[in-house]
Amino acid sequence: MNDESKKYIGKNVLRFEDDRLLSGKGVYTSDLNFPDQLHLCFLRSDTAHGKIRSINKDKAEKLKGIYGIFTHEDFKDVPPIKSPSRMKNYYATNQNILCVDKVRYVGEPIAVIVADNRYIAEDAIELVDVEIENLEPVINVKDSIKSNSAILHNEIKSNTILERTFNKGDIQFKRDEKILSVKNNFSMTRKSPVSMETRSYVCNIDKINDALTLYSSSQVPGVIKDALCQFLKIPGNKLNVVAPDVGGGFGGKASLYPEEIITVLLCQKFKRPIKWISDRFEDLMSTSQGFEEIMEVELFFKSSGEFIGLFGNIFGDVGSYSIYPWTAALEPMQVAGFLQGPYKIDNFNVNVKCVVTNKPPTGPYRGVGRPAAVFAIERLIDIASKKLKIDPAKLRLQNMIDKKDFPYKIGSGIVWDKAGFKNCLKSALKIIKYKKFKKINNKNNKNWIGIGIASYGELTGIGSKISVAPGMPLNTGTETGIIEIDATGSISATFGIASHGQGLETTLAQIIAEMLGAKIEDIKINQGNTSFIKHGTGTYASRSAAIAGSVAIKSSKKLKQQIIKIASHIFETNKKNIHVNEGFIFEKNTNKKISFHELARAVYSDMETLPIKLRKPLIALETYDPIFGATTTATHIAVVEIDSETYKIKIRDYVVSEDCGKVINPMIVDGQVHGGVAQGIGAALYEELRYDESGQLQTATLADYLLPTTCEVPNIKIEHIEKFLPDNLGKFKGMGEGGTIGSVAAIANAVSNAISHLNIEITELPISRDKLYNLIKSGAK
Amino acid sequence: MELHNSENKLNIKFKLNNKFVEKKVEPRLLLSDFLRNNCGLTGTHVGCEHGICGACTILFNGNPIRSCLMLAAQVKNSHIVTIEGVANKDEYKDLRQALKKHHALQCGYCTPGFFITIISLLNEKVNYSETDIRKKLSGNICRCTGYTGIILAVSEVIKKRYTKEIS
Repeated sequence: MNDESKKYIGKNVLRFEDDRLLSGKGVYTSDLNFPDQLHLCFLRSDTAHGKIRSINKDKAEKLKGIYGIFTHEDFKDVPPIKSPSRMKNYYATNQNILCVDKVRYVGEPIAVIVADNRYIAEDAIELVDVEIENLEPVINVKDSIKSNSAILHNEIKSNTILERTFNKGDIQFKRDEKILSVKNNFSMTRKSPVSMETRSYVCNIDKINDALTLYSSSQVPGVIKDALCQFLKIPGNKLNVVAPDVGGGFGGKASLYPEEIITVLLCQKFKRPIKWISDRFEDLMSTSQGFEEIMEVELFFKSSGEFIGLFGNIFGDVGSYSIYPWTAALEPMQVAGFLQGPYKIDNFNVNVKCVVTNKPPTGPYRGVGRPAAVFAIERLIDIASKKLKIDPAKLRLQNMIDKKDFPYKIGSGIVWDKAGFKNCLKSALKIIKYKKFKKINNKNNKNWIGIGIASYGELTGIGSKISVAPGMPLNTGTETGIIEIDATGSISATFGIASHGQGLETTLAQIIAEMLGAKIEDIKINQGNTSFIKHGTGTYASRSAAIAGSVAIKSSKKLKQQIIKIASHIFETNKKNIHVNEGFIFEKNTNKKISFHELARAVYSDMETLPIKLRKPLIALETYDPIFGATTTATHIAVVEIDSETYKIKIRDYVVSEDCGKVINPMIVDGQVHGGVAQGIGAALYEELRYDESGQLQTATLADYLLPTTCEVPNIKIEHIEKFLPDNLGKFKGMGEGGTIGSVAAIANAVSNAISHLNIEITELPISRDKLYNLIKSGAK
Repeated sequence: MELHNSENKLNIKFKLNNKFVEKKVEPRLLLSDFLRNNCGLTGTHVGCEHGICGACTILFNGNPIRSCLMLAAQVKNSHIVTIEGVANKDEYKDLRQALKKHHALQCGYCTPGFFITIISLLNEKVNYSETDIRKKLSGNICRCTGYTGIILAVSEVIKKRYTKEIS
């Protein structure tokens, strides 16, 4: 008999989530209704920057079906949300759950209406008179940092709430004539994560125990529970946060929101269930936004093509507040942190300013900082390759960190290790048949063809030594996993993660089935519920499969040892002779076998088979911390075709060669890549939250904020490189964000390549058709 | 959800997933809210409430429509089919299998809307090409999958079902 258990890791196991979701039986927060529940609606600021002169709610309060209208006056005891950081030169902002005196962005909650239903609550909003005295709106970063700019937070006295310079090597190196450089200003505009399920919260009260349960469409129920307990002084055993089925997140549901706190407060106040479901309009203007960066960067190199320096200034538009718990450092610092990419560059000097403006707070959005960083460096490399007359693929390979260089510390201090940088690039070039694109000359063609490459490195599955957001004093590096066999022999496995589309109910079951020797269908994964586990955070930062997957291995091994010990007693044999597979325990070379059910009976129910000392519950509880992170990498290559008459940009071909370590479920990994690339296509070509000079959102519906549809996302070829395994237990690397990280730059390079005969470089994204038209017409360079 | 101005309520009779239903509704109540809150059919999801995302797609007299763009009062004497009405039908077993096999859903929020759009496409009984399928499904937004699995699944079902009839 084979010693090994049935293999599940690396197999396309179909998802356990699918049956309920396909039949409309998924339970999302908005699907929950409790008897006597009341509904909330928020009155939001229609002014970007102003002083609240008065709020008159008399008329609205008289409306039938209204239970109360509350402003900051009613929540005076609740402290403002303040996101701490260990970073120097950082000023935390005070974000009140409802505006006090001042409004700082269009969409900021001023008052909350409690009503029988949302329809009536919206009627009431119309009847509340809010008088706001306009202050000068601060909309652009470059205006915001001017000394004469209006100040958003008077107590901070500056709109730059964080500044840091990253230095490495000789920053004064001689710029003699042999040293060449390319310099450019790149910018990305604001995006919204746009999960199809909007943010939603329902808080229920258990009046007997005076305990609350908040159902939240959150990616981070653990973070939310700890924060609410701290902010509202609720004992941890009186509040449970549950993330049921969650309809996507992409970072937008990974922060603490005022609406979430208010839902809990009003449930406490009314002692009735309270429900708030965001509509799309609110979601586009109040869910955390991302990607708005200006990057003024210069790459220095020798005439041989060898990179020698990367200098720059990053200006991050963080919106009006430093978001909890990630802080305003999150996105702009990661732009600098990952700017160098997978390349050897000895001299690095990048300054980062995080600047507040009268727009909604920014927070995590898939890729966080790296889509912008990769856009800047990969565009610079293409521009450098033109100057050097060296093929862009060759120039990348020449400068890429080789396996013999590992571990390699880049200028920002991040360490790359065990990653197939060159393997991914070479693989992608081969799949796309790169050579055939060298002959392309678009000058006399109606359709312009272009090819673009982007390679990147990212840090995933990060342990406790590194903050997921720079300076954030919150441990995101550990996961606890509890695996239990109950008296019936069925298996429950519980984690602190919060799956919202990643299929973790399936992938974690695959790992446990293989490691424990269990039948996969006997395993139930519990997650997204803070009552299950003493400390957990959730699912974000490409961490769950890597860290929870690793702790699943650790707990499975521990439990298996217990099973083997018991079985060896039952079979009266040495532990070495025990084999566990597919829910049965065997004695090798005999026909003896028992099921998990029979084993559980021996442990829990039958008082004769086992001595008392072996009748301990079948539970393994382990915690795992990878300490550092794993280097994930990929190369994306896009081929685009631009219609020279309509400027329509079509993606003709797309390749991703990626290294995410050991693949748990190829189908799910591919799905993450496909979805990530689709969001990158949106960021590169269509999606833009446009704010006018007064701070009004011009793209507040999905008819204006354009998401890619079936017609804009091409078929994508994916190759997995599994040669470079990281140090964590499972040898897994995170890969949920990579699709977005690589695609933005690959498409920008492909579009630039397609119009290279016009001598135009793409420096601002998204490059929509009208922007491309204007760029070409103006001949701007 | 009980609405307040009960004096204005309209009486509607209609067929919902093959069963006759009679309800009183306020004139302004959206069909999507009515199905979810008054009929308890939460499989119909609300993604934008302005007719772009397609998550709330249902069949209205056999045609796919956005339930967020209709009022409950408008369904009088009609036949409405929601995801709950087709979820267990053997007729679509091949589609459900293909969607699972090709990993055509992740968070699942857009899935019921896609499912309804896809079955009305299947009911056309035409051997559509991938390009046609992409056009036909472009009114539903999925933010997770990049559509790859959806297109593969639908192409496979259409090919299996309708290739013979054409050739």
